[in-house]
Amino acid sequence: MAAASILLVAALVVYELVSRSSPTFDAFGFAFLAGRRWDPVSEVYGALPFIWGTFYTSVLALLLALPVSLGVAVFLTELAPRWLKGPIGFLIELLAAIPSLVYGLWGLFVLAPIMQATVQPFLAKYDYLPFFTGYPLGLGIMTASVIVAIMIIPTISSISRDVMYTVPETQREGGLALGMTRWEVVSKVVIPYSRSGILGSVILGFGRALGETMAVTMVIGNTPKISLSLFEPGYTISSVLANEFAEAVGKLHVSALIELGLILFVISIIMNSMAKLLLWRMNRYSAGTRL
Amino acid sequence: MKSGGLHYARRRYTGHAMMALSLLAALAAVSLLFWILGYVFIKGFAGISLDFFTKLPTPVGVAGGGLANAIAGSIIVVGMAGAMAVPVGVATAVYLSEYGRGPFASAVRFVSDVLSGVPAIVAGIVAYAVVVTAMGRFSAFSGSVSLALLMLPIIIRSSEEMFQTVPDSLREASLALGIPRWKTVLKVVVKTASGGLVTGIMLAVARVGGEAAPLLFTAFSNSFWSFRPDQPIATLPVQIFNYAISPYDDWHEKAWAAALLLIFMVLILNVAAKLYARRRTH
Repeated sequence: MAAASILLVAALVVYELVSRSSPTFDAFGFAFLAGRRWDPVSEVYGALPFIWGTFYTSVLALLLALPVSLGVAVFLTELAPRWLKGPIGFLIELLAAIPSLVYGLWGLFVLAPIMQATVQPFLAKYDYLPFFTGYPLGLGIMTASVIVAIMIIPTISSISRDVMYTVPETQREGGLALGMTRWEVVSKVVIPYSRSGILGSVILGFGRALGETMAVTMVIGNTPKISLSLFEPGYTISSVLANEFAEAVGKLHVSALIELGLILFVISIIMNSMAKLLLWRMNRYSAGTRL
Repeated sequence: MKSGGLHYARRRYTGHAMMALSLLAALAAVSLLFWILGYVFIKGFAGISLDFFTKLPTPVGVAGGGLANAIAGSIIVVGMAGAMAVPVGVATAVYLSEYGRGPFASAVRFVSDVLSGVPAIVAGIVAYAVVVTAMGRFSAFSGSVSLALLMLPIIIRSSEEMFQTVPDSLREASLALGIPRWKTVLKVVVKTASGGLVTGIMLAVARVGGEAAPLLFTAFSNSFWSFRPDQPIATLPVQIFNYAISPYDDWHEKAWAAALLLIFMVLILNVAAKLYARRRTH
């Protein structure tokens, strides 16, 4: 039966990733996760700078994207006139359809120069904070986070919107009848009612951010470094895969890269399952939500 | 009303401010879209010419040339991926929607949902491990395998949704005429939903057509024409990436033109799917 094939595919993915990363696992064990050195020439591999870069950019992207996405969702469900909901919703979903590469191109040639010329010199005045130290290079953690934030806005906002739609109209009317303002209805009725769904959308968005490859590779600067500064270049798991995989020749090098892929795979599976479970639970409360 | 007016005024003020912020968020998101699209259109138009569609890439410093081989390569790789993913995906969706009950079906549904969130680059690694190492070289076919892995969950989900919009009365009517189950599924359910299936497939193509990450080390790239599935092949996304990170202005211009082409394809497929879906619901 064809349906079994998807299970086979999943099993194949897991099997290949695990078996092919075993040479590095045998060589370094769990120290691979904590190692700070990545040196294909002397065959020493440590994943920490990449793990750090992946999480740091994704968390920053989430912090930037969350308020905007919730704003968009609130606008679409509570504020927009009926005739505007469809078109605006569609436009925001189009943001998700733009290929990652195009974001990268735009980030490299448009956003990074803006960051370097105006945004970062302005922020550099606050260099008593560890986030704003170093030279404003343009390419680095900050630009990567902003790009990824733009890319996950559609994910978070369209799912939150769908979830907010399922809040029964009577709940809103009840709030309004008590004399609440529209905003109080949103913040005290709609958002609490849909919080597990919103959390699901946030986790899904975070998962997308972690795996984002091309756009990040083009703007992050590709230097394995662990630093809090947003101006510094960094490196993520997916971008080291994009940059080094095709040229990796040493057996250990390939295997180290595949182990990085395995780490990415495991994290994104965990994120996705969590999000799916949250959204499923939401679904049981109120039928009609997609996803 | 007069007493407590201050408190009320503050509540109203916060309310208006927050609603204004939400409007601003929506405006910001939409204007970002237009900023990015507009920029790609303006930059890309400069590089679009007949040569772009008909000529091979030229080496650095040689003017002219185009990306004809990458355009053809993208069509070949995505086409082969579709040929693998569509039959399996639709068949799985038929199973889930028409026969699937119980824990096995839930497992299938859950796994395909979770697989849809796997980063594209991981699909590339799997295709590399399975196909590239077996064949001993980069190939168009391995690129297709990685894209098929990405398409499969998308097609399963969208097709299952489409099958579920087919009213049960149609199935019952067909069964009541004594038509066997499998024929009912094939001739009634699949046929009724076929428009929706096409929409789903178009969206899946739009999604993977712009994907570069898994192709970097599967399909790799090629400066010449290639139509053989067992050889490296040029694709638009990989070409854009290679051109974008190069230091040459001429190549940057080509990258923008290729990005425009890619965006154009994605927009057309998305808008067509949307219009199609709307026509169906009316």
